Amino acid sequence: MTALQRLFKFHGGVKPAYNKEASTGLPIAVAPTPTLLVIPLHQSIGGMPRPLVTAGERVLKGQRIGGADGNVSSAVHASTSGTVIAVEMRLMPHTSGLSALCVVIEPDGRDEWIQRQPFDFRSATPTQTRDYLRDAGVVGLGGAVFPTYLKLNPGKQGKLDTLVLNGAECEPFITCDDVLMRERAETILKGVAIMREMLRAGQVLIGIEDNKPEAIAAMEIAAQAANRAAGDSAIKVVSVPTRYPAGGAKQLIRVLTGIEVPHGKRSTDYGVQCFNVGTAHAIYEAIALGQPLISRIVTVAGNVGLARNYDALIGTPMRDLVALCGPLPDSDRVIMGGPMMGLLMPADSVPVVKATNCVLVGSKQLFPPPPPEMPCIRCGECAKACPAELQPFEMYWFSRAKIFGKAQEYNLFDCIECGCCAYVCPSHIPLVDYYRFAKSEIWARELEKEAADVARERYEFRLLREEREKQEKAAKLAAKTAAGREKAAAALAVVEKPATTPEEDAKKALIAAALERAKAQKELVHPGNVSDLTPEQQAEVAAIEARRAEIREMAKPHLRQDD
Amino acid sequence: MPRSAKWRSRTCGRTIEQNRDPLVNNSPYFLKPASVQSVMLRVLVALLPGIAAYVWFFGAAILLQIAMASIAALAAEALMLALRGKPLMLFLSDGSALVTAWLIALTFPSIAPWWLAVLGTLLAIIVAKHLYGGLGQNPFNPAMVAFALMIVAYPQLMSQWPAAGATDLAGQLHAIFGTRQIDAITMATPLDALRTALHTIDAKASVAGVLGSNPGIGSVGGKGWEWVAAGYLVGGLWLLQQRIITWHMPTAFLAALFAIAGVFSLIDSTQFAGPLFHIFTGGAMLGAFFIVTDPVSGATTPRGKLIFAAGVAVLTWIIRTFGAYPDGIAFAVLLMNIAAPLIDMYTQPPVFGHKDKRGDSP
Repeated sequence: MTALQRLFKFHGGVKPAYNKEASTGLPIAVAPTPTLLVIPLHQSIGGMPRPLVTAGERVLKGQRIGGADGNVSSAVHASTSGTVIAVEMRLMPHTSGLSALCVVIEPDGRDEWIQRQPFDFRSATPTQTRDYLRDAGVVGLGGAVFPTYLKLNPGKQGKLDTLVLNGAECEPFITCDDVLMRERAETILKGVAIMREMLRAGQVLIGIEDNKPEAIAAMEIAAQAANRAAGDSAIKVVSVPTRYPAGGAKQLIRVLTGIEVPHGKRSTDYGVQCFNVGTAHAIYEAIALGQPLISRIVTVAGNVGLARNYDALIGTPMRDLVALCGPLPDSDRVIMGGPMMGLLMPADSVPVVKATNCVLVGSKQLFPPPPPEMPCIRCGECAKACPAELQPFEMYWFSRAKIFGKAQEYNLFDCIECGCCAYVCPSHIPLVDYYRFAKSEIWARELEKEAADVARERYEFRLLREEREKQEKAAKLAAKTAAGREKAAAALAVVEKPATTPEEDAKKALIAAALERAKAQKELVHPGNVSDLTPEQQAEVAAIEARRAEIREMAKPHLRQDD
Repeated sequence: MPRSAKWRSRTCGRTIEQNRDPLVNNSPYFLKPASVQSVMLRVLVALLPGIAAYVWFFGAAILLQIAMASIAALAAEALMLALRGKPLMLFLSDGSALVTAWLIALTFPSIAPWWLAVLGTLLAIIVAKHLYGGLGQNPFNPAMVAFALMIVAYPQLMSQWPAAGATDLAGQLHAIFGTRQIDAITMATPLDALRTALHTIDAKASVAGVLGSNPGIGSVGGKGWEWVAAGYLVGGLWLLQQRIITWHMPTAFLAALFAIAGVFSLIDSTQFAGPLFHIFTGGAMLGAFFIVTDPVSGATTPRGKLIFAAGVAVLTWIIRTFGAYPDGIAFAVLLMNIAAPLIDMYTQPPVFGHKDKRGDSP
């Protein structure tokens, strides 16, 4: 089955030491429930969910504590039963060291579930199913945490040629997908069946790097069983060459189908969609078991005595997981993710989130500080290694010189920050840092420009309004003087001639018309967005204001908080 | 705020002292063991076969020239780094100055006065390299700048080459340090002899006549020189195997030189030397693998490399055939260096997902 698939190559890539064996020796263990769970509300791409609980409230395992907000957002849930002790700003698992709103839960140890029932997606409309998955908090577990429901849409044609399942797992040290495929292949395939039905996908290609023979074998057996059950042979397990970053969604799609999805385009437009194997498992749990996403498999590896994979509750402090593995004495940092793309954590107290595929413990010996940066000699190694086929050294020159427009011309935003260029650079230039810098500068400038545009529009509108008001005033004045003259004339007329002339009648009519116009205009000028509200709307406004004030109150003590 | 903060794990009491040193890097956290130094050292190693052949056929003087040029290069590099306030050891040990020095020694006559290569090296490092901003910033190939300057300033001295087989060290030392007349051991290179004969001495001279009548000229590219060129070829192929250079430049350079020389020698074999002669004589083989391949001053895109190297080859042939200097590689390289940014600009390869127009708008 695997031999029949024609494979394509992607450009570049590197072959770092994989270091995966250490954490695959033991089966997945369930991590103990910590004494305190810190669950960030914002755990996916898109809008930050609204908090649905307040301090002091009792929550059940799987209870929604953050509701999806906006078109792109995903709900979050209590990972176990217990009491909400605070909804407050806490340090986030991000290099920036910034804090964000978290729900802090003290587990009661009873692990009491909400009422769970399977979701009958076959009798639901696609929109209902997608809403269900949004509220079940299912997001891409490969690390990008894009809300899954948005991707379960077959697009314009109403069907999909190829559903790609990503089990490549190309980052060194990380084995969470590997062990998941070894141990839970069947449930992954059940998730695949649901996805296939929702997407009306023709074939399913499960791409796994050839350094995971056990996972390939397990998935193969499960895929054959699934094919037998479905009576076709749509699902294929494909062993792909081990080369970082084969597990990048675009790279894997290219390897399996030959299709290159350009930056900023939706892969469904090309008839293909890619999901992580962990996501398929989460979909199965949500739909078939009625369990929202409250835990995930996390590899704990690196500078530890016993590397292992844990099924950890979302919100578990990373140090609790690290402690289970016995960190070596010279450990000096915790990284979320792998050594190629992972994020340096600001502290080991930060919680495991949906994006946490790996907690990597580092030391000076394991990850020595890079040698001093030398000038670029344009050797082109980076271009040879770049899977996006960019010219990294050109982007580096322009990013460094802050000529961001040029950097963009060299397709800066096609960069996936995989780190291959920096990995091979003989001058040890932290190339990815330069690209991150350039990208954020460009984003900042665009925001600034947007703000300036808004300000300009507002200013122009003000000029317009002032002009209009001046005209109105003039009209009013004209009307007034005309009226005064009229009165005087009328008084005179009373004395001299009781009857009015036809000319005077015409004049009066003109003045009346002008007054009418001025009145109408005055009504137009009256600001319209807060008046004429229905009682419901007014109530809503009040509620929003109250919520704002509440969040401000909650944020207050943390505004000046150091870590 | 303290630079490092401590957390004590509640569950087992172990402590990870989070490294908050601003020097701790972002991802990737480990790098391939590669360095500018190892690149440069391998380039030097790749020059050794050619140098061995040089010593065998033309005597040990070349080793002395290489040593003097190396010392001059390191001294000039150290001086400029100190003046520019750059870390001394980091840059002195990168090996780039040595590559420049060795290329200068190998392109200058080995029995030229000692100060010729030294002066050339000083100009290359101080002017062509550091005044433009140092490693990685020079728009022109420093070794070729040195060659061009010196051949313009001292055409006579730059044309006195050792005769093949004249490996008498004492005589060469006298020549280098100017203590004795050197006519006895010098001769023009085959290229120079050919140019002089065809252009100045005898209007009726033919390529076969000149090359055949000269006892110092061998069968392919000049006696001895063809073996030196073969040594450079061996070293160059090793560089390819080591992935220090790509196939584009050497292939395009040699193919273009072979093609243009071949076409013209087919048209008139009495006036134009054959393609094999051209690629095995003078600096062609050294140029193909070690000079046009300089990444800093050359083109960098795959197509750009082909255009750049082919351009150098065509200009080299033109200068060799119609010019007034014994070899044309230096001028050809400098001329193409000017064009390199433009070539790069127009030969940008398409990036992932943007390869065909249909792909952009499904």
